[in-house]
Amino acid sequence: MTALTLNGKPVTVTADPTTPLLWALRDDLGLTGTKFGCGMAQCGACTVHVNGQAVRSCVTPLASVAGARVVTIEAIDQDRVGRAVEAAWVRHDVAQCGYCQSGQVMSATALLQRNRKPTDAQIDAAMAGNICRCGTYQRVRAAIRDASASLA
Amino acid sequence: MILDRLIAQSQAQAADAVGAPPPALSRRQFVTLTVGGAVGLAFMPLATPSVRAQNAPTVPPGQKPTEAPGAFVSIARDGSTTVLCNRMDMGQGIETALAMICAEELDADWSRVVTGFGNQRGNYVDPFMGMHLTGGSNSVKNSYLQYRELGARTRAMLLSAAARQWNVPVASLTAANGVVSAGGRSAGYGELFDAAMKEPIPEAVTLKDPATFRLIGKPTGLKPSAAKSNGEQRYGMDVSLPGMKTALILRPPVFGGKVASVDAAQALRLPGVEAVYTVPLDRGGQGVAVVASAYWPARQGREALKVQWDLAGVEKADTGELVQRYRALARSGGTLAPQQHFRADVSAAAAAPRKISAEFVFPYLNHAQMEPLACTVDLTAERCTMHYASQMPGVDAATVAAFLGMKPEQVDIVVQMAGGGFGRRATPTAEFPREAAAVAQAMMRAGKPAPVKVVWSREDDMRSGYYRPLTVHRAEIGFDDSGRVLGWDHRIVSQSIVSGSPFEAFLVQQGVDGTTTEGMREPYDIPMRLAVHHPKVNVPVLWWRAVGSTHTAYVMETLIDEIAVATKQDPVAYRLRLMGDSPKAARHRAALQLAVDQSGYGRKALPAGAAWGVAVHESFESVVAYVVEARMQGRGAQARPVLVNVTAGVHCNFCVNPRTVEAQVQGSVVMALGTTMAGERITLKDGVVEQSNYHQFAVPRMADAPRVAVHIVPSNDPPKGMGEPGLPPLAPAFANAVARLTGQRHRELPFGASSPA
Repeated sequence: MTALTLNGKPVTVTADPTTPLLWALRDDLGLTGTKFGCGMAQCGACTVHVNGQAVRSCVTPLASVAGARVVTIEAIDQDRVGRAVEAAWVRHDVAQCGYCQSGQVMSATALLQRNRKPTDAQIDAAMAGNICRCGTYQRVRAAIRDASASLA
Repeated sequence: MILDRLIAQSQAQAADAVGAPPPALSRRQFVTLTVGGAVGLAFMPLATPSVRAQNAPTVPPGQKPTEAPGAFVSIARDGSTTVLCNRMDMGQGIETALAMICAEELDADWSRVVTGFGNQRGNYVDPFMGMHLTGGSNSVKNSYLQYRELGARTRAMLLSAAARQWNVPVASLTAANGVVSAGGRSAGYGELFDAAMKEPIPEAVTLKDPATFRLIGKPTGLKPSAAKSNGEQRYGMDVSLPGMKTALILRPPVFGGKVASVDAAQALRLPGVEAVYTVPLDRGGQGVAVVASAYWPARQGREALKVQWDLAGVEKADTGELVQRYRALARSGGTLAPQQHFRADVSAAAAAPRKISAEFVFPYLNHAQMEPLACTVDLTAERCTMHYASQMPGVDAATVAAFLGMKPEQVDIVVQMAGGGFGRRATPTAEFPREAAAVAQAMMRAGKPAPVKVVWSREDDMRSGYYRPLTVHRAEIGFDDSGRVLGWDHRIVSQSIVSGSPFEAFLVQQGVDGTTTEGMREPYDIPMRLAVHHPKVNVPVLWWRAVGSTHTAYVMETLIDEIAVATKQDPVAYRLRLMGDSPKAARHRAALQLAVDQSGYGRKALPAGAAWGVAVHESFESVVAYVVEARMQGRGAQARPVLVNVTAGVHCNFCVNPRTVEAQVQGSVVMALGTTMAGERITLKDGVVEQSNYHQFAVPRMADAPRVAVHIVPSNDPPKGMGEPGLPPLAPAFANAVARLTGQRHRELPFGASSPA
């Protein structure tokens, strides 16, 4: 039994504590917005926030988030920055297949939460762990710049 | 282009492969299909047919999908308008494009339009192909008129219903933005829809003058854009049914390997692991399925299995050896391509004053779409319902039915949004839904039937095959000092993609697979002789976004460039000269000129250490030209060329949605760039695929992405698709820039790879 704060609400999960947070979210808690892409922190599709940090939930054991604040794509719009990022994503029509975009939005939000005016190099570095096979990177970059401007 | 050859012949074949062709449908059946086809969406209950409807003449036989509006369009009382897509969407935006096309003629309120998917049934076949297929960039091309007619017919039926209710002539009515009006009266489409579906379906409808379009041709965001930004969008991987289990399959290390023995004792002791079954796999192989309460227990259970494999008699492919074998084959013999323009006399090349002899190697490639394969099967004695993203649900349903001993109509496929596809979800063998069905069948035979989601881990997805084929080209070209090609003798060595599949009859002509040769020579009128070897190899191969053009465009456009440089001609001018004023090259010229004009090529000086590269290529009836700028990055031994700017000239005839065409070109640039980057290739050693995840099959990331500016040639000709054509010319354009920067002509992809000679 693992207790944590998920999207602002206390939850307990009965899954084995060695279960990656990704699978606890998807299979035990029914939150499928966080995606399975690689299972080894290579693609970033599973990115969530743990105590305000972007982490890859596919390699984060459930036990390690006991007592932590976990925020997923489903609730990132409760945060002003997350809301601005999602709005910019829609304005720029970033998504193609969209499968990686939960992770992209979570990584971009984490970036802008700690750095409201990132340079292009900082954007590239912060987003380096998020693969988009459809190749939406140009619009991702534009949407991050736009979200940054909208938060100024 | 290739798939178009299917058009004439495919109807009968599709009827065999897919079950009954779309039958003559009565109006009542349309309504039934509306309900049956609208999975997960709320629809009006089937109304009791009016006397008039019962007496109405039946629809003539030979009904085309275009004439069955009820199967595609439904409008709820509140005006919410659902348009079902007869394709799978994998990010190409076709569910939005087809909805735009339909909504335009329907005069729907675009803000109230939602999209959904059809299923494997007859209504949702491609009207030209006679089968449900998402591929060949043919969705807009083949369904543009279909969805316009659908919208127009639905609108006409709504007007008829209003005219009847209000007892006024149809001519006195107007329709706009989802509302029918006459004088002071008006009614929303939702209020009229039930009655409208009981009206006769008009045989002929008048379509709008394109000059009056409000939606088609306007840059339009994807309908699910918000859902794909906030986590709400569901994919095949997200399907959940009551009582559903999750299964993973342990696959043999070599394709076609069989299970010699299984020790599942340890796996079965793990919490959540429920059962272990040996199941039949693709290519006569066997695997071991672990059925569990969820993914992680299934994964743990799979790792705890102890399995001995029987690999006797299984061919163990080795890419190093294959390349050597292919190189030898490329030097002689082969089957001559059937087209006349591949059978020119090339003897003049022998005495030509200038010659190029070049050999190219292209690796196996994994599609590596972000969503690994997943297929949920709900099997009972009477029905098999499958939930997953399928590019060919008709073929899949027929194959699964045959496997299960069912009739095709007992299998339903609920098409899901795909987290990428690029061809991977269209296997002519239907191998992955069949493997999923095998797991469900094993559960049922063991007396433990339950819905089951079979998930491919990333490692499964990358190692279980269906790759872009390993391909070797060899060209012997003779030309004169003016760049006139005197003879071009060419061979391609590549496994046939469609050999042994239902597509063989259409795509293999005189022993040559058209998906291997597509993209060769055109649009240049040069004397070419093209022969092909199709070796049989124990590696499953498949179409991979843009298919043959992924290698033919590279070969053609780098060699043409090389001739231009060798004869000291500007590569753009040389291409235009080769094209001449041939009408078949008109769109190539327009696309190339647009890219040249917009990029500043020839007018703008690039900084030191930068170079231009150019390529143009037609695939799937659209033409894309790129003018790119590459620069050297890093110093000394670390210096490497990077792609910085890309200007695209696109000719796809009339462009339905410039917003998604731009996205498709931007994305194609990134995907094509990946084929040049070290680490993006699949290799096999002793039959075993050496890459298992993104750390070993490296795809482009944010910092690799160049700036891409997309420009579209204005045209009013019938629209063509753009899911694939942006890909082929990018790698050669980049390679041509690299050659200018470094003097090095890359003959192997990815750049820097060196297969055994």
